[in-house]
Amino acid sequence: MNWRELWEGIRMATGSLRMHKVRALLTILGVIIGVMTVVTIISLIQGLNRAVSQQVAGLGANIFYLQKYPWFGGREWFEYRNRKNLTIEDAQAIARLCPSVKRVASVMGSGKVIKYKDRSTERVGIRATTPSYQEVRNTTVERGRFFTQTELNHRRPVCIIGQTIVKGLFKDEDPLGSHIRIGGRKFLVIGIQEKKGSMFGDDMDAVAIIPITTFRKLFGTHRSITILVEVKPALFEHAKDEVTSLMRRRRHIPPDKANDFAINTQDTIMNVYKNLTRILFLVMIGVSSISLLVGGIGIMNIMLVSVTERTREIGIRKAIGAERKDILLQFLIEALILSGIGGIIGLGLGGGIGKLISTMTPLKAAIPLWSIFLALGFSTLVGLIFGIWPAAKAAKLNPITALRYQ
Amino acid sequence: MLIELKGVEKIYKVGEVEVPALQGIDLKIEANEYLAIMGPSGSGKSTLMNILGCLDTPTKGSYIFAGQEVANLTDDDLAQIRNRRIGFVFQTFNLLPRATALHNVELPLVYSGAPALERQKKAAQALESVGLGDRLNHRPNELSGGQRQRVALARALVNKPSIILADEPTGNLDSKTGTEIMEIFRRLHQEGNTIVLVTHEEYIAQCSQRKLRLLDGRVQDDTSLEGKG
Repeated sequence: MNWRELWEGIRMATGSLRMHKVRALLTILGVIIGVMTVVTIISLIQGLNRAVSQQVAGLGANIFYLQKYPWFGGREWFEYRNRKNLTIEDAQAIARLCPSVKRVASVMGSGKVIKYKDRSTERVGIRATTPSYQEVRNTTVERGRFFTQTELNHRRPVCIIGQTIVKGLFKDEDPLGSHIRIGGRKFLVIGIQEKKGSMFGDDMDAVAIIPITTFRKLFGTHRSITILVEVKPALFEHAKDEVTSLMRRRRHIPPDKANDFAINTQDTIMNVYKNLTRILFLVMIGVSSISLLVGGIGIMNIMLVSVTERTREIGIRKAIGAERKDILLQFLIEALILSGIGGIIGLGLGGGIGKLISTMTPLKAAIPLWSIFLALGFSTLVGLIFGIWPAAKAAKLNPITALRYQ
Repeated sequence: MLIELKGVEKIYKVGEVEVPALQGIDLKIEANEYLAIMGPSGSGKSTLMNILGCLDTPTKGSYIFAGQEVANLTDDDLAQIRNRRIGFVFQTFNLLPRATALHNVELPLVYSGAPALERQKKAAQALESVGLGDRLNHRPNELSGGQRQRVALARALVNKPSIILADEPTGNLDSKTGTEIMEIFRRLHQEGNTIVLVTHEEYIAQCSQRKLRLLDGRVQDDTSLEGKG
């Protein structure tokens, strides 16, 4: 085979397709729909991925969450409930004894109503923590200040409030220096947290941050804390190991028993999310392979028609010296062009839908380069698989019978 | 010796019935002969033509084309012989309807793998040699019957074949155009080409050097005409 024959094949194929434009278009509808589905869903998933990773990144890349419950634990909740609580002493021990750990912040919290004068909020998140929370969670105070170690030690009733609280309780007044009531207890507003936005639909600005000691004094001690562990750069796994073994020692877990605490990371969420999108992917593959199958059968059908229609042409070509592979190639190219065009159109439509979604919704759908190759690769494969039989049939025709065909 | 047939038989199977089309043909054709094969329909002249043209292989007997035993060749070998050594001219022209005259003539060169420029040059030359230098880009449906047959002739010639096989080349043409086509055959013969044509018209056969009459798949008569060639 050489390029000339290939070119001749392409030339003949396009010529014959031009003759039957509508027929060709109807034939490749299945391929178009299949590819369109694939591309649309990939671009959607891609957009979702981007949104989710952005949100998850908000959790902090160098942070893990040492907690009593694993995120997405689900089934064994009852068992988790009987676990020993994590304490501030645990957090202090980690900060002191784990060399790979940069900082820790203890956090506990609950939902409480905040009141100011005659106004009040819904139940909002009260975050009771330590001054290190600022650095660990990258929280900046926009106005005022964070509470100090001294205020922590003395269990002062001071708080930093989020923008949503400011908006909800204070109209034109300056919140700084005002006294608000959190869960019925009086607190002095010393700072206003910088706007955080939302994460997974949660308003991160509907919060009040108070010293953890104050929280324990006013609202009770009988609950587990979350220990936010910030890790020194590139020592994530080290830190996890150190914290794990320290906690096992502190909680006297025999070597043959599993951990009775959980280390939650960004990956924990990402893994759950990936499982979800895997299902979405499977559904997509199902839908699109059915339509590609239908499309492929359509192509095979039309190629058989094309071979029959052009029996005489095949005879002529054979008489003047076309070998089997020449004829095979010619019809295969025709099938490939059919399915390839289907793929391109499907790609265009899918891309268009993705674009439409990105402009009309906050989801930033995007078409990665590999999905273009995937779409075109798949459609070409369909053309190849379903085109080979009609093409082989054409190639095997006897030249004399083919020439006599009317 | 260009062609040598010895005891060639061809039997077609129609269901359970065996139909003998050729029953022992012995035939030798030299280079630069001009041979007309005649005979009533059913006499086996088309079958003989197909075998000579390597479109079909004998059921029995031996066919040696340019020193090669055709029975030993594969389909693709036969295709190559058809491509390089044989030029076909058919009664119904058998041009590709959607291709231009030039492209039709180029086609054998495509399959022999000639580069595009050379292909176009040769095809244009072949078309000029049959008087169609000004019709290169016309499609068959834009050409008259005589012109179409001349395109077919150009296609047969373009690869400089050892032999030109013509099956009733004037059968679909009026007598004036037919005469013009026969004139081209005469000229080609004079230029040194070997020509075998199948016809049932006596006046066409008269143009040849040698007449081969078939009847019921056998050679009935093989006469050389005096004063020809």
